[in-house]
Amino acid sequence: MDIRSQISMVFHLDKCIGCHTCSIACKNIWTDRRGTEYMWWNNVETKPGTGYPTKWEDQDKYQGGWEKKNGKLKLRSTGKGRIIFNIFHNPHQPGLNDYYEPWTYKYDELFNAPEGNDQPTARPISMITGKYIDIEAGPNWDDDLSGSPVYAKNDPNLSALTAEQKAQLFAIERLVFFYFPRICNHCLNPACVAACPSGAIYKRGEDGIVLIDQERCRGWRSCIAACPYKKSYYNWNTGKSEKCILCFPRLETGQAPACFHSCVGRIRYLGVLLYDADRIDEIAKKPDEELVEAQRELIMNPHDPAVIKAARESGIADDVIKAAQESPVYKFVKEWKIALPPHIEFRTLPMLFYVPAMLPVMSSFDGKTVKNMSEGLFPDLDKARAPIEYLGKLFAAGNNSKVRYVLKKQMAIRTYRRAVTVGDVDMETAERMLLEADCSVQEAEAIYKLTSLCTFNERFVIPPAHREEAIEMMKDPLEHKQSVGFGFREEPKRGL
Amino acid sequence: MTQNTTILDYFNLFWFAVLPYLALFTFLLVTIQRYTRRGFTYTSLSSQFLENKMHFWGLVPFHYGILTILFGHLLGFLIPRQVMLWNSDPLRLYVLEVTAFVGGIFTLVGLVNIVLRRLADPRAKVVTSTADWIVISILLFQVSTGLLVAIFNSWGSFWYAASISPYFWSLLVFNPNIAYVTPLPLLVKLHIISAYFLVLLFPFTRLVHILVVPNPYLWRKPQLVRWYWNRRKIRTPEYLVKRK
Repeated sequence: MDIRSQISMVFHLDKCIGCHTCSIACKNIWTDRRGTEYMWWNNVETKPGTGYPTKWEDQDKYQGGWEKKNGKLKLRSTGKGRIIFNIFHNPHQPGLNDYYEPWTYKYDELFNAPEGNDQPTARPISMITGKYIDIEAGPNWDDDLSGSPVYAKNDPNLSALTAEQKAQLFAIERLVFFYFPRICNHCLNPACVAACPSGAIYKRGEDGIVLIDQERCRGWRSCIAACPYKKSYYNWNTGKSEKCILCFPRLETGQAPACFHSCVGRIRYLGVLLYDADRIDEIAKKPDEELVEAQRELIMNPHDPAVIKAARESGIADDVIKAAQESPVYKFVKEWKIALPPHIEFRTLPMLFYVPAMLPVMSSFDGKTVKNMSEGLFPDLDKARAPIEYLGKLFAAGNNSKVRYVLKKQMAIRTYRRAVTVGDVDMETAERMLLEADCSVQEAEAIYKLTSLCTFNERFVIPPAHREEAIEMMKDPLEHKQSVGFGFREEPKRGL
Repeated sequence: MTQNTTILDYFNLFWFAVLPYLALFTFLLVTIQRYTRRGFTYTSLSSQFLENKMHFWGLVPFHYGILTILFGHLLGFLIPRQVMLWNSDPLRLYVLEVTAFVGGIFTLVGLVNIVLRRLADPRAKVVTSTADWIVISILLFQVSTGLLVAIFNSWGSFWYAASISPYFWSLLVFNPNIAYVTPLPLLVKLHIISAYFLVLLFPFTRLVHILVVPNPYLWRKPQLVRWYWNRRKIRTPEYLVKRK
């Protein structure tokens, strides 16, 4: 057993209102520089939809992630052997057109235009070339299903649906969508790390954050193709790749990452998970339908004395173990089993989990009156607007029973809370539903509390980073006393 | 130098005995200085992201071509005897010469495509610096003279091993013997001089990416984890005591 700690995340999709505050918070801090204008380390997609970059989930196009070949895990894109041939031109690398060309407007023209008969306009100019452009795509171009016959229709997850289901999904007045916020998953078996020819990408031992060493990155671009979630981006100005750093400077000082902190719907949870690094390879090779369960198996119980002992032996501090015991992510993923990994069939073992959205049909309109669709509080799961098969493809590698379990539990908890607060559902029905959903009353209350009434400190249980120990291990802590300057930048010295 | 030295001799001396050392030492000093002081600038500076189609037709033939050619030049320099032995059979000589020539053509075609791409695509143009244009120009000159030499002064694989290789060796042992190169045709001399300019400018341009090709990748473990401490030791009682 090789216990390691991983800062992990849960996004509760039922609470996401698609306001993009997270994206803006991230953009303002990290990607407003030249070369990064097109990057959204955090982005929010509408599902069904093709996402950002367009059709990122389609690995026949992008060749991201791992595949099993002769019982071994292999990168689908440029792995060890092929790097020799693909280093000059990476055949699977997305280009700027797969994202969008960033632009701004010539605002001066509004003020400097000579007097004339027409209103002056601010024409769009490319932020790369500075020339006038015709905008053909932009961030969230297909937001809220806009242009869905062009975009949402091409969602790769729709392949799990029958033609009839597809027709229903896009029928007028039946249209359904939900939001899907995405950041780097800080995977346990990251394809970007394995693909980096320079060895510049690494997982931080102490918290599992995946980072790109900017000093060592040589711009071979393999990570961009290898990451199946397309969360590694190429900075065309510096010639280096960049990605979400989970705001580690904030985490190290006990603050939640910017996208978490700013989340209006409070959909985001962050906490430590302990896992057994010895079993990563074995778990990542399981058949598709077993992957969700296998990944849960990899996550260790932080209350188990044997795990605590092993964790201490591998140098995990007691306060980190304590953080793992209080981790909201552990509860959602392992105890309650209502958070699922996105596209686990890519086999990178993502450590960002999602509580899938419930999208029940509540009522129908027959032209005259609005009718309640069911006798109970919620209609049957199979009548839900977002087909289970669709969610199953997105969150459970096609194992629909995992999604069914989550939705059933959520539905039971809502019915139960309705019985408690409103009383128009009798408690007996509610408790029977809870029983059928594999949920005790205590668990229902706990889920309800952490979903609806969660405080800042309950949502974000940030372990101490212990940077002081890192310095003490590496060098004399007094080394920098009476001097200035950190990192790789040149020392502030008087010139020659 | 004898008493009959002419201005031409001084020229030869400069181009073939001074310039190579100037180039080599600049190369060594500046690449090291740049790596330690401004290591961040060591990158391929790829522009594939901005323009993904013409990129293939420029970069792929260019790199395959120039690697073949460089490897050939290196062989002639390192094992001239074996190369000459190989060439003793006409068929084998033809094979070597044709391979080299095709490599040269590939390089030239690739370079021309690179130039066209950087001129035609507005995005690729934005990321093309003056240094890039200088490098491309010298490379174009280098490859063109090389191909012309192959056409007009044929069987280069033979006489390279016989005359240029010993000249390079004389440079390497700090006993330059320019008598090997002075009688050579002008085209060959230009080819050599422009090569020295490439070496001289190498550390100031994007060419430094050649020095950081990812060879350890082939035998390293796929996953990398960085620890800032020895995690087996850090919480042991002995270590905690030592720290206090």
